Amino acid sequence: MLFARQKNSTRKSKPSYVLFLLTTIVTIFMLVPMLLSITAGLVNSYSKGLSSGLTSKWLEQVWAGYGATVGWSLAIAVSCVIGNLLIGLPCAYGLARTRSSWARSFEELLTLPVAIPGLATGLALILSYGQFRDFRQSFLFILVGHMVFTLPFMVRGLSAALQRRELIALEEAASTLGANFMQRLLGILIPAILPAIIASSLMVVTLSIGEFNLTWMLHTPMTRTLPVGLADSYASMRIEVGSAYTLVFFIVVLPLLWTLQAVGNLMQKKHET
Amino acid sequence: MKLDRLAVTIDACAKTYPDGTKGLLPTSLQIEPGEVLALLGPSGCGKTTLLRIIAGLETADTGGRIFFGDQDVTYRPVQDRRIGMVFQHYALFPQMTVVENIGYGLKISRTNDQERSKIVGELIDLVRLNGLEKKRPSELSGGQRQRVALARAVAVSPRVLLLDEPLTALDAKLKESVRDELAELLRRLHITTIHVTHDQQEAMAIADRLAVMRTGQIVQVGDAEQLYRAPQHAFVASFLGRVNRIERSLTDTAQSAITIGGVKLACPAYLGDKILLRPEDICLDRENRSEMKGVILQRNFLGDRVHLRVQVADQPVLLVDVQSDCPAMVGNEVALIINPEKMMSGKEVV
Repeated sequence: MLFARQKNSTRKSKPSYVLFLLTTIVTIFMLVPMLLSITAGLVNSYSKGLSSGLTSKWLEQVWAGYGATVGWSLAIAVSCVIGNLLIGLPCAYGLARTRSSWARSFEELLTLPVAIPGLATGLALILSYGQFRDFRQSFLFILVGHMVFTLPFMVRGLSAALQRRELIALEEAASTLGANFMQRLLGILIPAILPAIIASSLMVVTLSIGEFNLTWMLHTPMTRTLPVGLADSYASMRIEVGSAYTLVFFIVVLPLLWTLQAVGNLMQKKHET
Repeated sequence: MKLDRLAVTIDACAKTYPDGTKGLLPTSLQIEPGEVLALLGPSGCGKTTLLRIIAGLETADTGGRIFFGDQDVTYRPVQDRRIGMVFQHYALFPQMTVVENIGYGLKISRTNDQERSKIVGELIDLVRLNGLEKKRPSELSGGQRQRVALARAVAVSPRVLLLDEPLTALDAKLKESVRDELAELLRRLHITTIHVTHDQQEAMAIADRLAVMRTGQIVQVGDAEQLYRAPQHAFVASFLGRVNRIERSLTDTAQSAITIGGVKLACPAYLGDKILLRPEDICLDRENRSEMKGVILQRNFLGDRVHLRVQVADQPVLLVDVQSDCPAMVGNEVALIINPEKMMSGKEVV
C-alpha cells in the first residue's frame, strides 16, 4: 500500500511531457476558434482585424435586437430545471425503488428523446399540439420541448443517486425513527442527494440554454431563444454582429455555469461522508 | 429517560422473496422484556431478514405474526412500530451534526425544543460524546459514529432496540473495546434488544441469550454457556468455537466407551457414534503418567495460548489448546488427559 502510494506520488510529481504537449495542443485547438469569434465581435471590421480598432457597437446592436432572447433563454432554462425536478424527482425515486424489469425498460424509453434528433421531436410536438394556437405561440411550447429533451438527464442523474445503498439505509433509518414519506423525502433524501440535484440541474441548464435543433422547430418570430437568435444573426447580419452575439452568449452562460458548479462543489463538500 | 420493557413474540414468521428464494423458514421465538437476544449465524442464514421483519422493513409471508407485548404489530408500518435500530454502517444523516442526528426522531415526534435538548444532552453524556455535539458524521471516528447511532436509536424511547451487525464496520482492536462498552450500556438501559451478528464472541459478550441460525431457521436458543457446553447440534458446537470431531465404533458405542490413543474411556451411548471435544478440554499430563499418548505434529504459539496438533492412535489428529508456558515441541511424545464428561454429541439434529 505504502509502495503504491509512493509510486503514485512519484507519478504525480513527474508528469508525462507527451501528455502535457498533447493537452496543450488540444486546448489551443479548442480555444483559438472561440477567441477568434469573440474578438471578431469587438473589432470594427473583421477583414481588417485589430487594426480597424475596437468597438462595442456590435454588442449594442445585438443587445438592441436580441436582448430579449437572453432573458427568455434564462427563464426557460430555470423553468426547465424546476419542471424537471417536479416531474423527475418522483419519477427517479419510483425507478430507483422499483425492482421489477419494467422499470428498466421505462428508463430506456425515457432516453429516446436524447437519441432521436431534436427536429423529429419538434415535429412530433407540432403535429400533436400545434392546433392549440395560444400554446403553440407561447414560450411554454418551447419549454415543453426542452423538458422532453432534458428530462432523461435529470431522471438518470437523480435515479443513480437514489439507488445508492447508503441512501436506502438512510431512508430506512429515518423511517425507524418515525419519519413518514414526505418527512424522509424533504428532510433526508433531498439534502442527501443535493449534489446530484445540483449536477443534474447544471446539465439541464446547459442543455436548455444551448438547445437549437428542437427550439428552431418549435419557435415562432415572437418566441426566440438565444441559439435561435444566434442562428438568425449568423444568417442575416454581418459576421461582426454574429460574433458579438457569441460573446453575449459567453457572458450570459459562463457566470451562470460557474456559479452552479461552485454551489455543486460546496454541496459535495458539505455532504461527503 | 424512561424506556419501556416489552416482550417480543415472533410467531411462525417466514420470508419468501419474489424469485422464490426462501430467506427465512417459519420461525417462532420469544424475547423476554428487557432481555438482550443475539441472532447469531453465518452470512445468508436469515438473521438480518428476521430482524428486518421485526423492524417492519420487510413483510413476513402470510401467516406470520409479530407481537410487541400484547400488541400485534405485523401490519404496522415501520414508522409506527416505535423501534430503535442501529444499522450495519450506522446510516447517520451526513448533513446533520451529532446533536441533530440524535434529536432527529424527537423532532419527527414533535417533542418540544426544551425536552429535546434535555434528552439529547443526557444521551450525549451517556455515550460520552461531549465536545463533539457540532461535528458531522464525516468528522467522527468509527467508534464515535457507532455511539451516535446508538444514541439516536435510543433517543425516541423505543419499545424494542434492534442492532444489525453494529460492530462490523469497526477494526478488530476497536471492536473489542466498543463491544464491551455496548454490552455495559445495554445492561444499564435494560431495554429489550435484538442483536444480529455473525461474530460468536460479540454475541456471547453482549447477549443474555443466543439464537443460533442456519439456512433460514433457528437451530438452538440458550445462554452462551449452555450453547457452548451443551450444544444440541454439531453446527452450534462448531460455530461457537473450535471442536475436535472424533468417532467411535459400534462396539464401543454399545459398550458406552470410546477409544482414543489406545485408551478406552467411558462415554455414554446416547451421545451417538460421532463425538465432539473442545481443544481446551484435552490436557497434557506433565507427569507423563497417562497411557493416552500422542505425537505433536504442529505447534502454534498464539501469545496467551498454544495450539498443538497431536497425532493419536484410533482417531484423527486432535487440536489441543494449552497454556502458553507449555514446553512441548513438534515431534515430542505427550501424554493426554481427557475428561469424558466434557464430550458432546456430534449428532446433526436438524
